[in-house]
Amino acid sequence: MNGQRFIHDNYGSKRQLVVLSIFAAALFFLLLTRLWYLQIVKSEELHSQSESNRLRLVPVAASRGTIFDRNGAVLVTNRPSFSVAVIPQEVRDRDALLERLSRYLEIDRAELLDKWEKGKGRARYYPIVLASGITRDQLEVLEENRLWLPGVEIEMKPVRQYEDGTLAAHLLGYIGEVSDEDLKKDAASGYNSGDYIGKSGIERSWEKLLHGRDGGRQIEVDARGRVLRTISETPPAVGSSLVLTIDTALQKQAEKAFGEQAGAAVVMDVNTGEILAMVSNPGFDPALFAGRMPPDKWKEYLEDKRHPLENKALKGQYPPGSTFKIITALAGLEEGLIDERSSSYCKGAYVLGRNTFRCWEKKGHGTVDLKRALKESCDVYFYQLGEKLGINRIAAYARKFALGAPLGVGLENEKGGLIPDSAWKEKRYGKKWLQGDTLPAAIGQGYVLMTPIQLAAMIGAVANDGTVYRPHLVKRVIDQEGRVIREFKPEVVARTSISPRSFRLVKEGLLAVVNEGGGTGGQARLYDVRVAGKTGTSQVVKQRDKRGAIPYQYRDHALFVAFAPYDRPEIAVAVVVEHGEHGGSAAAPIARSILRTYFERKSSAAKPAGAGSSPTGGDEKHGTGGNGRENANPAPQEEE
Amino acid sequence: MIDRRLITNFDWTLFGIVLVVCAVGVVNIYSASASYTIVGTPFFVKQLYWIVAGLLLVVVVCSIDYHLLEDVSYWFYGLLCFLLLVVLVVGKTSMGATRWLHLGFFSIQPSEPMKIVAIMVLARFFSNYSTAGGLTLKDLAYPALFIGVPAALIMKQPDLGTAILVILIACSMFAYVGVRLSAFVACLVSAIPAVYLAWHYYLRDYQKNRILNFLDPERDPLSSGYHIIQSKIAIGSGGVLGKGFMQGTQAQLRFLPEQHTDFAFSVFGEEWGFVGCLVLLLLYLFLIFWGLHIASRCNDRFGSLMAVGVTAMLFWHIVINIGMVIGIFPVVGVPLPLFSYGGTSMITSMVGVAILLNISMRRFMF
Repeated sequence: MNGQRFIHDNYGSKRQLVVLSIFAAALFFLLLTRLWYLQIVKSEELHSQSESNRLRLVPVAASRGTIFDRNGAVLVTNRPSFSVAVIPQEVRDRDALLERLSRYLEIDRAELLDKWEKGKGRARYYPIVLASGITRDQLEVLEENRLWLPGVEIEMKPVRQYEDGTLAAHLLGYIGEVSDEDLKKDAASGYNSGDYIGKSGIERSWEKLLHGRDGGRQIEVDARGRVLRTISETPPAVGSSLVLTIDTALQKQAEKAFGEQAGAAVVMDVNTGEILAMVSNPGFDPALFAGRMPPDKWKEYLEDKRHPLENKALKGQYPPGSTFKIITALAGLEEGLIDERSSSYCKGAYVLGRNTFRCWEKKGHGTVDLKRALKESCDVYFYQLGEKLGINRIAAYARKFALGAPLGVGLENEKGGLIPDSAWKEKRYGKKWLQGDTLPAAIGQGYVLMTPIQLAAMIGAVANDGTVYRPHLVKRVIDQEGRVIREFKPEVVARTSISPRSFRLVKEGLLAVVNEGGGTGGQARLYDVRVAGKTGTSQVVKQRDKRGAIPYQYRDHALFVAFAPYDRPEIAVAVVVEHGEHGGSAAAPIARSILRTYFERKSSAAKPAGAGSSPTGGDEKHGTGGNGRENANPAPQEEE
Repeated sequence: MIDRRLITNFDWTLFGIVLVVCAVGVVNIYSASASYTIVGTPFFVKQLYWIVAGLLLVVVVCSIDYHLLEDVSYWFYGLLCFLLLVVLVVGKTSMGATRWLHLGFFSIQPSEPMKIVAIMVLARFFSNYSTAGGLTLKDLAYPALFIGVPAALIMKQPDLGTAILVILIACSMFAYVGVRLSAFVACLVSAIPAVYLAWHYYLRDYQKNRILNFLDPERDPLSSGYHIIQSKIAIGSGGVLGKGFMQGTQAQLRFLPEQHTDFAFSVFGEEWGFVGCLVLLLLYLFLIFWGLHIASRCNDRFGSLMAVGVTAMLFWHIVINIGMVIGIFPVVGVPLPLFSYGGTSMITSMVGVAILLNISMRRFMF
């Protein structure tokens, strides 16, 4: 062995070993520092991350409350709906899978792919919903072919079941998946993407109560998202149920009475403000909004000139036409400008300055007193009265009936109509109010606008001598066992403080409208119940020559308001038939049909089964029925 | 044949530490693989087999005087370089890398023994080389070539982790021999363009991704960066005392990747906490110090250099593996010696330990 190879005397190497030891210790110290940082400094944060790794909160949707009508009949309840979801991480051949699904579900492949792409970027092994609301047939096909659909899951959740299909669709409303915009707003706090929320009608206004409280299950999952066990569970609280003021039979009859015509009707209890029926025709199918809306159906709804999606009873603002003469008449009586004996002379038109204002009856009514003016709807009588009153006094009386502002029915986007006065015109157009503006306003044309619900509230207040009740739709809120949680009492919006004498005089006129020869509302007459009412025709466009065929969208709206029975009023009805032309011929029969149903049901309830046929059964074509016609006069302005 | 003195001089301290670490490793593998669906022998039992095999190898290696290795080191080196070349041409590809070579009845991974042989060849080289005043750049030329050739072949497989380990082991040995300041600076300066070239022309995309993900783990939280994040969550959530044996949710619910092999330490950290990690690190540090102690009391240059080389091999494995799972080094797929599950790693580590024992027990032979 060569002595050169020994290092026991090599000091340098020993020193190098010390350096290496220090280096090794330093690196170990670095590792320890990092461990100290992770396990002591950041421990809490990382521990909670490990918890959120393994724990997943699965929401359990609360069952939505049921909606009943006033007699306890179910209007809306829940049924299970199936949707198809996919776990992308478990799918090997995406294209083949989409091809199959597209074939089984008859949904365009591109649509499925789009949903897939949009659902990406969520937690691993989180199912992406590709199609919801699939039919039972489709479900069966999927179940049969389960083997060929790896990664596909069928999910069940409850959706709304509308017992009577499209009945009262606007009023009940529909639910749908909460939108991204809603999620950003406070209104949808507590909701997650994919949750259902009321989108319109009762479903929307009463969302908080109907929805209930969603529950949740805390489950432990492994790294692949497989459920290992349930750690804790909060059961969902079922939503409260609503008992509406609606009477299904009356609602059905009212909708039927409209047929194909567009329009709205409101039936109200004059002593409480309870809405017994609220129609907006044509309707829509609310069930379509919760599932997959067929594109052609959606297009059909949007393109229909009759606007089926809009709730006309609350959002439709129409010139009230001659129905407004009730207000003008009451104002004249209260102000002492007219009484039962005073009269005007109608020669078919009234000249004010350089303008001529026509009566709908070109021949003229001759000498008319208040009763005849109402009965035959003489325009000249009210031109003269309006001229004496001036717009501000007319407006003041209209406001006593809470007109010109929303009544607070409790559904979204209720409109307030418009009661114009001089200050309003000054502000809106910067122009002085002219006497020429007052005359059309006095007969409910011009700037005046009212919604069907306001028409009903007004005629209801006339019927009960001056109390405007808040029209409402919900009678009470009950829990799952039927216990009453909240009961709604009648609420007074306004008291008109108009004398009973004035009301009596006007109501005598309204009784004559329906029941006396020459009255414009004869078609609303019932055999055994005295109905009082007022027709109205509201001008859509100014058109001097109305002979010949007028295009649908230019035809006048037909209106009719009524209450009955005359002596002890119970219900008020307001009917608007869009482009129906004549209140007496288009709207009055609908009102009659509603009233007849109401009183038939009432008497058959009072006289139990076997008491014989309804006494109102044979009142078809009773009496002369009047001429049922009247025409709105040309007004200086155009309306909607 | 076996000298009695060899038995009396047997290094029980080193042997004891190694057995303790192996035992802790087996217990940890038991927990780490508890959630697996096992067909056949469980991992911890297989690991026990490997330990027994390793110990038999220790007996065999210890019975041969390590000085004999000096004579055969160049031969071994040449053979392994050849095998690395063969692997690149006909090797078996698994998981995107070609590392295995089938030799009829068994398969080998030539890059593993290459770590030991690289140590041997460098020790052999420096033992006969005058190094007064430290190595100059010229002195480093041959050793750099010895290391450069296999390192390049291994990186080509591609096996970045092993290639880096071979280079780090060599550098540690250079440091032990002593390098002149001028040469050290020159190496550092030339390393910059080398890294640049390697990045652009040599590294595969997945390797670059690993490095980029290490620098910014949030970059791709669902694929390769996911491993680092989950590992940090596992270790950090263990806290001071850990969640307890078999109680680590990250491990038992399999949020950790390769949790019985490369990420075994994460499982350990989650279940035994900072205290457990501290104890394990102290055991390893003691092992390293003991290895350097063996080097310092060895009387010949070859033995001393071998001891430093083997210690450096163990050291860098430990530092890179733990550094990787706690997120301070990139994920390069280096196991924790004597602790992670795996036969190859266990055999290599045991051969290294055997060489240390061999040197230690023959310290009075001259």
